[in-house]
Amino acid sequence: MPKYLLIMRGTDESNATMMANIDEMMATTHQFIEEMVKAGVLLAAEGLDDPGQGVVVDFSGETPVVTDGPYGETKELFGGFFLLDVASKEEAVEWAKRVPAAAGSKIEVRRVPGSDEVPQVGE
Amino acid sequence: MGTADVEAVWRIESARIVAALTRFTGDFGLAEDAAQEAVAEALVSWPLAPPANPAGWLMATARRRAIDAIRRRAALRDRYALLAADLPVESAVDDDIDPDKIDDDVLALMFVSCHPVLSPESRVALTLRVVGGLSSEEIARAFLVPVPTVQARITRGKKTIAAAGVPFELPPAAERRERLGGVLSVLYVIFSEGSTATSGDRLLRPDVAYEAIRLARTLAALQPTEPEVHGLLALCELTAARFPARTGPDGSPILLEDQDRRRWDFSAIHRGLVALAKASACGLGPYGLQAAIAATHASAPSVEATDWDRIVVLYEALGRVAPSPVVELNRAVAVAMASGPAQALAIVDELIASDRLPGSHLVPTVRGELLTRLGRRPEARAELELAARLCANQRERSVLLRKAATLS
Repeated sequence: MPKYLLIMRGTDESNATMMANIDEMMATTHQFIEEMVKAGVLLAAEGLDDPGQGVVVDFSGETPVVTDGPYGETKELFGGFFLLDVASKEEAVEWAKRVPAAAGSKIEVRRVPGSDEVPQVGE
Repeated sequence: MGTADVEAVWRIESARIVAALTRFTGDFGLAEDAAQEAVAEALVSWPLAPPANPAGWLMATARRRAIDAIRRRAALRDRYALLAADLPVESAVDDDIDPDKIDDDVLALMFVSCHPVLSPESRVALTLRVVGGLSSEEIARAFLVPVPTVQARITRGKKTIAAAGVPFELPPAAERRERLGGVLSVLYVIFSEGSTATSGDRLLRPDVAYEAIRLARTLAALQPTEPEVHGLLALCELTAARFPARTGPDGSPILLEDQDRRRWDFSAIHRGLVALAKASACGLGPYGLQAAIAATHASAPSVEATDWDRIVVLYEALGRVAPSPVVELNRAVAVAMASGPAQALAIVDELIASDRLPGSHLVPTVRGELLTRLGRRPEARAELELAARLCANQRERSVLLRKAATLS
């Protein structure tokens, strides 16, 4: 079965909404994760730490430049992901529709190709 | 909303819908038919008018169909009155569903689908259909049998369950372990069919294998305290981890020693090891031991660097808890790697002398390999040719013939 990554894309506003209702959010998310586990489709689920704690390695110049951030200058920030093992893109989308996401946020659904679909080392 | 969207909702919801309907009606066959009618209706009406709550729509429609069917059965009028009394037809299903019971319902559904009164074929078909949400066409494709055969197996299965008066409930604690073994073996049969197709021209049918893994994950989530459930899941994950390396671009099989280990699915290996750790909490059972063997392979950088002594020990343990001629044959292969072909040949010859695996292509395959390694080429060739004659999988057969040819 193909794998799909559901990428949570929050905005400053939706992240603020989420943080304001963090207890409820955690409870509903936990319940949702449980549901995916019992359906046998969840492979991995992680949330990302505060973007302020992250760094960006920028390859624009000759040598990679490391800067702190990303801070609020980006419109959308990846907040976490679910990796699902489902039969079709439609099934991945159906799960995505059920994610308890804060208003204003988006979920990007991306297919993860199998190892037989990408060029291999030494070929 | 197209067909694919209906299928997606169906796949996620079918087990819960059939399980909840079975609890309402007490009739597994009726519940399954009603759910199938609802999905057929969805395929027609959703493209025209997509529902706001697709899962709720399916449940409400299936419930109506079930009530219609009960109404038609005059003998069940009493039961109909009971159901119709609280009939909020268009209301959200959430009112009707007790989320705490759903898990037990789905688990009970697995036990019913794998009930010992059914033939093994019916168990497989019903599990894939009722718990996995696969259509008769998908099951037929997976097992290379005609669609009417699958439909007949499902119909016969439902009739057998009704005739035997199988109750829709979790088996009593005393029976549960035994019945769980039946569920595990059905999942393992499904996985094995996808892992090495018993017939046909393809070595692997990954869709079938991944469906079994999905069901095993579901079972592990519903029965987290049963070590062998985690053992089976570990075995499937660790075996499936090698799928990407097991066939060449043309679909021909690649033997373990020739596999490019960089192609193994490392996240599947990781998941398998996690499941194996859960399985080993109180001693490994047959599935756990096989998973431990697969884990030993998965964590070795090459065939030479594999801990063959450990594998021999694990096969000896497996031979004690679940003795079988196939285990014995595998032990012989491990012994050949750990201590040389001569000792292994003795095990195989003993197996032949006791005629415990007659007609299998595996015995002459292994014997041919061992004789090759001992330099007894004409005998080896005869064995490999015999193996090819007995083998039903075309891909495997051509590998055997190629090997035999190099010995002439």
